[in-house]
Amino acid sequence: MAAHLKKRVYEEFTKVVQQQQEEIATKKLRLTKPSKSAALHIDLCKATSPADALQYLLQFARKPVEAESVEGVVRILLEHYYKENDPSVRLKIASLLGLLSKTAGFSPDCIMDDAINILQNEKSHQVLAQLLDTLLAIGTKLPDNQAIQMRLVDVACKHLTDTSHGVRNKCLQLLGNLGSLEKSVTKDAEGLAVRDVQKIIGDYFSDQDPRVRTAAIKAMLQLHERGLKLYQTIYSQACKLLSDDYEQVRSAAVQLIWVVSQLYPESIVPIPSSNEEIRLVDDAFGKICHMVSDGSWVVRVQAAKLLGSMEQVSSHFLEQTLDKKLMSDLRRKRTAHERAKELYTSGEFSSGRKWGDDAPKEEVDTGAVNLIESGACGAFVHGLEDEMYEVRIAAVEALCMLAQSSPSFAEKCLDFLVDMFNDEIEEVRLQSIHTMRKISNNITLREDQLDTVLAVLEDSSRDIREALHELLCCTNVSTKEGIHLALVELLKNLTKYPTDRDSIWKCLKFLGSRHPTLVLPLVPELLSTHPFFDTAEPDMDDPAYIAVLVLIFNAAKTCPTMPALFSDHTFRHYAYLRDSLSHLVPALRLPGRKLVSSALSPNIMPHEDPSHQFLQQSLERVYSLQHLDPQGTQELLEFTIRDLQRLGELQSELAGVADFSATYLRCQLLLIKALQEKLWNVAAPLYVKQSDLASAAAKQIMEETYKMEFMYSGVENKQVVIIHHMRLQAKALQLIVTARTARGVDPLFGMCEKFLQEVDFFQRCFIADLPHLQDSFVDKLLDLMPRLMTSKPAEVVKILHTMLRQSTFLHLPLPEQIHKASATIIEPAGESDNPLRFTSGLVVALDVDATLEHVQDPQSTVKVQVSYPDGQAQMIHPKPADFRNPGPGRHRLITQVYLSHTAWTEPCQVEVRLLLAYNSSSRIPKSPWIEGGEMSSQVETSIEGTIPFSKSVKVYIMPKPARR
Amino acid sequence: MPEIRVTPLGAGQDVGRSCILVSIAGKNVMLDCGMHMGFSDDRRFPDFSYITRSGRLTDFLDCVIISHFHLDHCGALPYFSEMVGYDGPIYMTQPTQAICPILLEDYRKIAVDKKGEANFFTSQMIKDCMKKVVAVHLHQTVQVDDELEIKAYYAGHVLGAAMFQIKVGSESVVYTGDYNMTPDRHLGAAWIDKCRPNLLITESTYATTIRDSKRCRERDFLKKVHETVERGGKVLIPVFALGRAQELCILLETFWERMDLKAPIYFSTGLTEKANHYYKLFIPWTNQKIRKTFVQRNMFEFKHIKAFDRAFADSPGPMVVFATPGMLHAGQSLQIFRKWAGNEKNMVIMPGYCVQGTVGHKILSGQRKLEMEGRQVLEVKMQVEYMSFSAHADAKGIMQLVGQAEPENVLLVHGEAKKMEFLKQKIEQEFRVSCYMPANGETVTLPTSPSIPVGVSLGLLKREMAQGLLPDAKKPRLLHGTLIMKDSNFRLVSSEQALKELGLAEHQLRFTCRVHLHDTRKEQETAVRVYSHLKSVLKDHCVQHLPDGSVTVESILIQAAAHSEDPGTKVLLVSWTYQDEELGSYLTSLLKKGLPQAS
Repeated sequence: MAAHLKKRVYEEFTKVVQQQQEEIATKKLRLTKPSKSAALHIDLCKATSPADALQYLLQFARKPVEAESVEGVVRILLEHYYKENDPSVRLKIASLLGLLSKTAGFSPDCIMDDAINILQNEKSHQVLAQLLDTLLAIGTKLPDNQAIQMRLVDVACKHLTDTSHGVRNKCLQLLGNLGSLEKSVTKDAEGLAVRDVQKIIGDYFSDQDPRVRTAAIKAMLQLHERGLKLYQTIYSQACKLLSDDYEQVRSAAVQLIWVVSQLYPESIVPIPSSNEEIRLVDDAFGKICHMVSDGSWVVRVQAAKLLGSMEQVSSHFLEQTLDKKLMSDLRRKRTAHERAKELYTSGEFSSGRKWGDDAPKEEVDTGAVNLIESGACGAFVHGLEDEMYEVRIAAVEALCMLAQSSPSFAEKCLDFLVDMFNDEIEEVRLQSIHTMRKISNNITLREDQLDTVLAVLEDSSRDIREALHELLCCTNVSTKEGIHLALVELLKNLTKYPTDRDSIWKCLKFLGSRHPTLVLPLVPELLSTHPFFDTAEPDMDDPAYIAVLVLIFNAAKTCPTMPALFSDHTFRHYAYLRDSLSHLVPALRLPGRKLVSSALSPNIMPHEDPSHQFLQQSLERVYSLQHLDPQGTQELLEFTIRDLQRLGELQSELAGVADFSATYLRCQLLLIKALQEKLWNVAAPLYVKQSDLASAAAKQIMEETYKMEFMYSGVENKQVVIIHHMRLQAKALQLIVTARTARGVDPLFGMCEKFLQEVDFFQRCFIADLPHLQDSFVDKLLDLMPRLMTSKPAEVVKILHTMLRQSTFLHLPLPEQIHKASATIIEPAGESDNPLRFTSGLVVALDVDATLEHVQDPQSTVKVQVSYPDGQAQMIHPKPADFRNPGPGRHRLITQVYLSHTAWTEPCQVEVRLLLAYNSSSRIPKSPWIEGGEMSSQVETSIEGTIPFSKSVKVYIMPKPARR
Repeated sequence: MPEIRVTPLGAGQDVGRSCILVSIAGKNVMLDCGMHMGFSDDRRFPDFSYITRSGRLTDFLDCVIISHFHLDHCGALPYFSEMVGYDGPIYMTQPTQAICPILLEDYRKIAVDKKGEANFFTSQMIKDCMKKVVAVHLHQTVQVDDELEIKAYYAGHVLGAAMFQIKVGSESVVYTGDYNMTPDRHLGAAWIDKCRPNLLITESTYATTIRDSKRCRERDFLKKVHETVERGGKVLIPVFALGRAQELCILLETFWERMDLKAPIYFSTGLTEKANHYYKLFIPWTNQKIRKTFVQRNMFEFKHIKAFDRAFADSPGPMVVFATPGMLHAGQSLQIFRKWAGNEKNMVIMPGYCVQGTVGHKILSGQRKLEMEGRQVLEVKMQVEYMSFSAHADAKGIMQLVGQAEPENVLLVHGEAKKMEFLKQKIEQEFRVSCYMPANGETVTLPTSPSIPVGVSLGLLKREMAQGLLPDAKKPRLLHGTLIMKDSNFRLVSSEQALKELGLAEHQLRFTCRVHLHDTRKEQETAVRVYSHLKSVLKDHCVQHLPDGSVTVESILIQAAAHSEDPGTKVLLVSWTYQDEELGSYLTSLLKKGLPQAS
């Protein structure tokens, strides 16, 4: 059966690659079992009742259908369709037709006529709707065929007057997806009437059914997405829909308005009930702002989100969104924000302690107060105060995007963002902190704002605190009091939550280097130096003291006068810290000390060209020298690998590329070495284990290829091909080695077959890339494939061996951006001498904290491995929620690992490390049939293998026997 | 002429004693039944004799609706139902039903036990009154009787506060009670759908105010409390037992949790505990955050807030105490205040408005030396803060609600006349709807034009739909059918069906008309000529020439005959049925013009 299957799969390919083999394919088809269509036909004929037929159809739908038998199946289905009286069965058939026409490699134009034909005679609305859906599937499958599209549009227009909303919905969907984009094409397409799709869809904006209205708007949006330029007249139509009774209509209308405003930002629209005119984008902005106080939260979220992307809006409109003119008893009142600002500028440091300091001041002209503005007034004020946190988050995001594009707006929205730090939902707080960080280059915090920001440092949530540290890293503080305040609060944080140590130090590093002049006047106070007296030397191990020093040293880097203020022990401490915490303490130009390593610092180098050139040259050298004698090649490879590794160490930005290429070269080297072995020179097969080197090499190459494929981010398809090719070679090598060493032929049969399947798989996955692999191992292999299929294992092995030897060395193209995944376990630190004691049989929770770099999709790939001294190893899958994403390419894993074991007599160490799980079959493109089925979920979760990618950390544990 | 009449018995251009009578399509509904805080004589209750001088109230009122449990909305209820006498249904939401008797009992105790009033309602009366209550769920449509239905919407403000839609047929009134359009720490925002009532009766407490964002106020409050506690000072927050107190508790509780603070928070006992119990139970009425997290932890099960004991006031170290009553005029809050006033590290935060003459008002207006009873002078060294937390909609919020509901008319109650004036003008200007603000006892009459629903038979509708091509909302369409009025319901059916239902035979009504034509030829030829003429003119109709010499156009018959006296004249007999009137009259006028001359 397996062999048979293999042959079938093989046929498909030969069809594409070579003409002559098609004959063989047809010959073999005869051998196939009764086709799927026939089985279906028999089933359907057997069915006595509609329910039975439905059951058969449902069963049938569970299994995929090959492209070549689709047409037969379709015929059977259609035949049955004509006979069927029950609408539910017809519905199922119609839906199956749609599914079938999506099958890859099947061209559905042949069933279109039938589909349109049955559409005309169909009475049931549901079936009609489903048939239209099928037509949509057919139409999208044939995007280039203008005539078919025209016909389908025609059909859709005809059914637009149907009484059922479902049918009208589908018609509109069809129009949106297939409506022709250019009119000129329409005219010469077989004389069909020229239809203005936009106009037709626009007519349905006023349909009586809200679902149809929504579908009409969606169809319009679809047209826009497909690149059709919408008319500006749609704007006024869409504006009317904003006051629709149904939320889904309003929600879609908001989107449409946004689209139009992006298309015609500068055109002028009149303001109703006045003679004035404004820009369309401003008008749209006002309207969407108004929707932020809509009755339905779905619409509110939608509106708030879209606001963020309207960057062309005029600044005074933008600033209105934060303005809510307060009044009390018709007298103008200042907002708390304005009061705080005034207090700050007047120099008085007090928060209004009197009753009535918020008393309203001047009278407001009653005529001028506009309670419901058509404009943008206070949209964000409302959005940020909304009941639903979804709306608040959307508002914060929008605020962030707008603030990034407008510095003046950033300055204004600061107060509101700071207020959001006290939101009741942690997500919102976190989001607003992140937002603030993103706009931090546009703003400078006032002292009172800083005060509020720093108050959040006491938050018990670690995420919030760390986000805040990140924020402080890149904030601008205006005064030295501000710096002092920040330092004090950070130290307070440090005493309250000692685990934040690293994050706080890092934060202070940036705070110091950003504000050297503000730190300077604080130095004597911070170091508690005295002009006359010597003060006691502080404890060097105190994290708080280190924090202060980190701040000062980083400020001193750009402030040469500062070291003069240091006392003796400060210099000693500097030397110590420069060594122990070199990533936090910069090199200083201290008086009387030589600056050793400043020239070596990588960021001094203005251009990384020379090193990059070197990399390129050494790789080219390798690739050009493939025809040298083996000995020379080996040496060259060895040298190049050494060079690359060293380069990677020196140049951190090239580390990814260098490592990646070095690994590849190493694979090649191993392959060459393995093929050079003496063992091949012996003519007869050896049944002794002499081929250790070769089999080990094969194994190692496999491992390395997996590493190359999964441990680097930014690997593109062309690299994947090469990697897979290398793996295929390794598998071939393995096969040969086994053939040489194993006794008997039986195991060889299985291996051979497996290998051929692998080749097949390779060809299927990378069919598009095969032309690039000219003259390679695989290329030759595929040429000889028909021969291999029929030959005996011994022969196969022979062929493979010669091919391996002849195969050329493939050039590995370097990807643009490549980074090696890496992980560092911060906690447990592995330093503790106190074992973690727990009762055997029970569990102990171990906190694991690690940073991951350049890991794609860590939620599914990163695992924690715990190995016990008895060789037992456990793999733990962390929860997706345990991963945080503090920045691009970086992840943070904070999780708990449960340990348990039977009782030990002595404390012992367990090893904790992180693994990268991979699954190479996840790259196979899935057919539409399996989508959503149970099979796919299995494929997703299964793990093919793992790669350790962090240093292991030892944890001392001691399971005690339970006391009775 | 049908009309809606509204008469406020209380809360008309006034705050307190909410009580509004609404007559809608012959149904009388009383909205709220509150007391006035400013009076202690007869004026504190609405004048129920306005409703009827002699007869029983039950005969005049179809139902009473209570919007929420504040005493100015439900305080007069036992008096009204037990002492004046009303036995009809009283509608309120479940939280209101649960908490209302606690407050009424408290009110009774103060009036009778403390002030010694006679002729006041008794505990038993409260119980009896509550037995008449029917609980209403949010968005549940309750049929009071066959025609009158009511529906509750969420109103924020306090736990269980609701807005009510009262609907009879196609006429409807929405009464908001008190509501809040901005969510707070424990309640969500008021919401109503586009119900387009004929009249919206809305409160207007803050008609002329637009409020600052709530966050600033919260932040200020938390900062002040936090600073004082960090200094080691004690914070006193005088509150009334229900409503704001819970909000502040949640605020402090979450802050304590977030900041991991250890200082104790106390809540003076009393009716609060009972009330807190109900807050725990009515989670669906709270805001999103509490609703989402209550499975893990009910926010009203305070971890940091404990019951207060007298002895705690003297214990050292920082603490926060919520104590009743809110204006520092008596009771526990005043006792604690006396103990703590001397220390400048301590702080008192007044979260609401204080009436003149109370200690609260004095210290807020800056007085530092207070005379207590016994001629003792108390020097106030502690810090005094004012923080307003109010749960009414501001002017913008009111406008927002009006915008959401899209009413035809708006009526303002529960506010001051001067402020209403402003809002009224604004509403008329922005929404172009008429707005009213009647004083107590003044009646507003709104004429309505109720639409009468007519059922159309599906067959008829489909037949008519099939004739039209595209849907066009702008153009009215003509529909032929028969209107049947039977048992006060209306139906539109096709004439055939009407005949069948009524058991009547169809009568053929035919119009005949003679047209004289000057034509010397024979009858048959004339008929042919008529046929060819009509055929050329009426292209879309089916014109036939029958073998017996007559011509038919659709179902219209035309026969030609010779004139008995004048052979040069032919008489055309045109006959059509009533249904073809349009075509028939057109044909006759066409034939009267004569035939074209044959060439």
